Amino acid sequence: MKARVIVTLKNGVLDPQGKAIEGALGGLGFGDIASVRQGKVFDVELTGSDKEAAKAELAQMCEKLLANTVIENYAIEID
Amino acid sequence: MKTAVIVFPGSNRDRDMFHALELITGTRPASVWHTETSLPDADLVIVPGGFSYGDYLRSGAIAARSPILKELVKKADQGVKVLGVCNGFQILTEAGLLPGALMRNAGLKFVCREIELETVNNATSFSNAYQKGQVWRCPTAHHDGNYFADAETLKSIEDNGQVVFRYANGTNPNGSINNIAGVTNAKGNVLGMMPHPENLIEDLNGGTDGRLLFESLLAQAA
Repeated sequence: MKARVIVTLKNGVLDPQGKAIEGALGGLGFGDIASVRQGKVFDVELTGSDKEAAKAELAQMCEKLLANTVIENYAIEID
Repeated sequence: MKTAVIVFPGSNRDRDMFHALELITGTRPASVWHTETSLPDADLVIVPGGFSYGDYLRSGAIAARSPILKELVKKADQGVKVLGVCNGFQILTEAGLLPGALMRNAGLKFVCREIELETVNNATSFSNAYQKGQVWRCPTAHHDGNYFADAETLKSIEDNGQVVFRYANGTNPNGSINNIAGVTNAKGNVLGMMPHPENLIEDLNGGTDGRLLFESLLAQAA
């Protein structure tokens, strides 16, 4: 079973890297950008087949390691 | 005073810390490898600077999940003093021993320069040898030192006097909120700071401003 975990910065947390990317895109002539925020994607392959159990386990992985919940949110997608 | 330094793959300021501790306390610190599952009897445990695990995932994130950290959390709960410098500060926030998080520097660049610190709370085990309001020089060298905490956490650490050191005179090198350079836990026995006091302890370093931090701890242990 394939899962995707998306980790993004919480609203209100400054993202200097996103700002720099935003500036660089502007420099390339992309004029219609309101803002850019950078995040992380983890593709996790699981051996089980129970989607609900997998979702719960992935949430634990996020809470314990994949995300720092002081500054980041996470979302879990399972195929 | 008995001390111990935890060493991770990628630590690079551990030897600076050994040297500073041996010079100031007169006793050689114990060296503890990250895979060990017990800490020696010590009054002070230090998590030194460096790039543990190559800063993979987030600075300090992997080190904060290593076996020795479970033991460190136990010791901290028992009241043992814990100091995290630079990567050590990042590890202690990732381990949940300290509030907030350390993000990429606002200027996006690695900064390696001397800054000024103001001791805003000198009633802690780590700062009692400084005067309140004393401004002192300290070296910094980091890429992820931009301290962040949400509004509620920020208010509580400010109100509790947990902010011990602030960047002074416009020398904030990383965009840290409220110019925060060093914070303690609520109990006051764990301190994390981005600058390196261990690198300004003898004339050979060009000054001794950082020495008072270690002397504060020494005075406590006496």
